[in-house]
Amino acid sequence: MSMKFTTREVGGVTIVDLSGKITLGEGGLTLREEIHKLLADGQKKIVLNLADVNYIDSSGLGELVSAYTAVKNAGGELKLLNLTSKVRDLLVITKLVTVFDVKDDEASAVSSFA
Amino acid sequence: MTLESELSCVDAVEAKAEDLAREAGFDEDTSSQIAMVTREAVINAILHGNKKDPAKQVHVNFELNDEALRIKIADEGAGLDPDSVPDPLAPENILRSSGRGIFLMKAIMDEVHFHQLNPGTEIELTKHRVKKELSA
Repeated sequence: MSMKFTTREVGGVTIVDLSGKITLGEGGLTLREEIHKLLADGQKKIVLNLADVNYIDSSGLGELVSAYTAVKNAGGELKLLNLTSKVRDLLVITKLVTVFDVKDDEASAVSSFA
Repeated sequence: MTLESELSCVDAVEAKAEDLAREAGFDEDTSSQIAMVTREAVINAILHGNKKDPAKQVHVNFELNDEALRIKIADEGAGLDPDSVPDPLAPENILRSSGRGIFLMKAIMDEVHFHQLNPGTEIELTKHRVKKELSA
């Protein structure tokens, strides 16, 4: 299954609920497009909810990093929410868990933005 | 398996790797990871080895024995020096959007070897079975 997402706003924070796979050609580009669209709309507090992302590969990790840097370079913040064990394992292995602000519940993710 | 240099071919290899990993007795998460890094190796062979040249193919060989699951992926490209691949954990590379594939292979598999074929590169991925898995 390729990646799907919906976007909603909670307390001034944009939450992108992702599901499916983030892999080469199966969601990575779509995520990139969505992030750029949000930034163009002036939305700079972004949470990627990965609760239903059951698969990610190195290209998908690269897309998360690209999203992080794009938001940061625009003066915003991007955080990750609800990692599945598979995604968390890969973030730990690649030490990307030290780069991202990872939250386990939505309320604290929303309130953590300055 | 012999594949054309097209990304549409990778799903079949990934599925085969996962099936064999499960047959070898690895748990669901480990089997998924083995399949994922096999996919990474095939994508590398198509994109970086063969550079999507339709005249070149990717050759995949699976071997399952009592000791290990071994997967060999060979391209027909110009060759790869694995030592030239930057360390993705280095602070200057941590925010790069690519370059984690080989690192993941080494992290998830027990052994990763590169063989120069002239032309091409073969990558050999090995995951050892454990006694509990053998008796399962």
